[in-house]
Amino acid sequence: MADAAVPLTARRWRVPPVLAMILAIMTLWYAAAVPMNVKEVLTQAERAGVAVSPPSAAERRDMGHLVLVAQNPGALGASWSLDRARLPAPHQVLVELYDSTIDEELNGRRGIVRSGSLSNRSLIYHGWVTLNATFVGFLIGAGLGIALAIGIVHSRVMDMSVMPWAIVSQTIPIVALAPMIIVVLYSVGVQGLIPKAVISAYLSFFPVVVGMVKGLRSPDAMQMDLMRTYNAGAPTVLWKLRLPASVPYLFASLKIAIAASLVGAIVGELPVQQGGLGARMLAGSYYGQTAQIWAALFMAAGLAAVLVWAIGWLERRTLRRIGMSA
Amino acid sequence: MTLVVLALALWAGGFALNVALANGPARGTAAARLAVPVVFGATVLAMWECLVRGLGVPPVILPPPSQIAQTFGANLGLLWRDFVQTILKGALGGYIIGCGAAFLTALLVDRYRYLREGLLPLGNFMAALPIVGTAPILVMWFGFGWQSKAAVVVLMVFFPMLVNTVAGLQDTTAMQRDLVRTYAASWGQTLIKLRLPAAMPFIFNGLKISTTLALVGAIVAEFFGSPTLGLGFRISTSIGQLDLGMVWSAIVVAALAGSVFFGLVTVIEKRLTFWHASQRGGR
Repeated sequence: MADAAVPLTARRWRVPPVLAMILAIMTLWYAAAVPMNVKEVLTQAERAGVAVSPPSAAERRDMGHLVLVAQNPGALGASWSLDRARLPAPHQVLVELYDSTIDEELNGRRGIVRSGSLSNRSLIYHGWVTLNATFVGFLIGAGLGIALAIGIVHSRVMDMSVMPWAIVSQTIPIVALAPMIIVVLYSVGVQGLIPKAVISAYLSFFPVVVGMVKGLRSPDAMQMDLMRTYNAGAPTVLWKLRLPASVPYLFASLKIAIAASLVGAIVGELPVQQGGLGARMLAGSYYGQTAQIWAALFMAAGLAAVLVWAIGWLERRTLRRIGMSA
Repeated sequence: MTLVVLALALWAGGFALNVALANGPARGTAAARLAVPVVFGATVLAMWECLVRGLGVPPVILPPPSQIAQTFGANLGLLWRDFVQTILKGALGGYIIGCGAAFLTALLVDRYRYLREGLLPLGNFMAALPIVGTAPILVMWFGFGWQSKAAVVVLMVFFPMLVNTVAGLQDTTAMQRDLVRTYAASWGQTLIKLRLPAAMPFIFNGLKISTTLALVGAIVAEFFGSPTLGLGFRISTSIGQLDLGMVWSAIVVAALAGSVFFGLVTVIEKRLTFWHASQRGGR
């Protein structure tokens, strides 16, 4: 994914067009909320005594959303303030986001101010649970990936036997394994953070292997020959030439790996309802709390953005320190 | 105990065979290139079988491969219907719509600089997000059928495909563009004769990434609600019944489908971009 995406992210971008696009998306969102929610809105209006054009809900059920909007322009006042909207308006999501983070922690009975620990109803707590699993899984996966890549580069046998499987495994929807890993580890007595971290590690493992093998092989024949004239052994070549040369490849794959790791942690939280953003989304979908799902989604998006940005920041600092920045 | 010893012996034997193959006289040939991973895979399967039987691992934790093969063979009809529901309807439907829409959007984005500057940063941002999370919302909107799965797939494949296609459309040199301009080529002619062919490797990169994403999206979306068939449904219900043989069979189907899907796209890529450096033998 990063192969082609990297040069584009590196290019500078201007603020006004991006702002314009975000504004356009917001406008579309508000506009879309009207037809999406029209049935519930009309039902509410009918109960409140407003005249609605086909008067019974049974008649309205099979009608198109846009037709209903066109026939009842006067009764749409509640479109952006429904409790359980099919599509909550952006400001409703933001309010829910505020309520379930800052407000819950500061003013809630179980919030950090009153009880001294994070409230289990707040997204900060659930985000923290997910973040922990993501980090542990990412560290395990990236560590194993780098180790395997070093093995592959130094051993023909490993290269020829493991590498094709590593590539094939990229084409397999590994996330399908997630529920099974959770349940199997649970039945062996392992639960909590570790099963989720295993899935995260599994997902972040292969991008790192493939990227690192490419990176460790990136020194050209001239550089390798130079090392040979110094009579350098394999460990010296690895430490002084291969590892530094692989740094840009490493970071490109780490960015993919941390995003995959977050997805793994979220999917891993679906089967076991013990906190985390994934559990929060599933609970929201069970109870029809759409604003809650959207808030969890925004939180996950924010986490992903911060994580990828953090790796990018580390990349820029590292490359500058070892003198490879463009 | 003998089985455990047998497993270790098999491992040593397989490894020795691979060492011989990889360092022997035939090491460069295509046959060796194929044989080594096959031997490795077969050794792992055989060890799995021996260890599970030898150590008495209960089949609700890890079934031996023979049992998985048995379940797979006994439920071919069921698994085929799951395959049709999840892969052909959900994943493939969403894949075609998503990649098609992304391609058309990429043409627009490429045509208008303002759109490019506005949408590309957002597209890059969205490509890194856990879009799987939209699955519960889309299942709520489009119902439990395959349509909601296709919708998740559309969202998942859209941004990687968009970013790759736009990058590809910009991958022409000033010299090439100047040449086409001297022929007084219009925008459409430039697109068809120069920029689309130049973009092909990037487009196929996006298409290949999207195959896996499509399967992931279709399967995970089924965890949030589905009719009583589909691979994701099969996995989540069979786990509830502790029927691990069935779970593994469904995973085998998903893995096979993923590899074949990826393989197909790769074959088409080889046919269409035979001229590109990465496809011309001698790596």
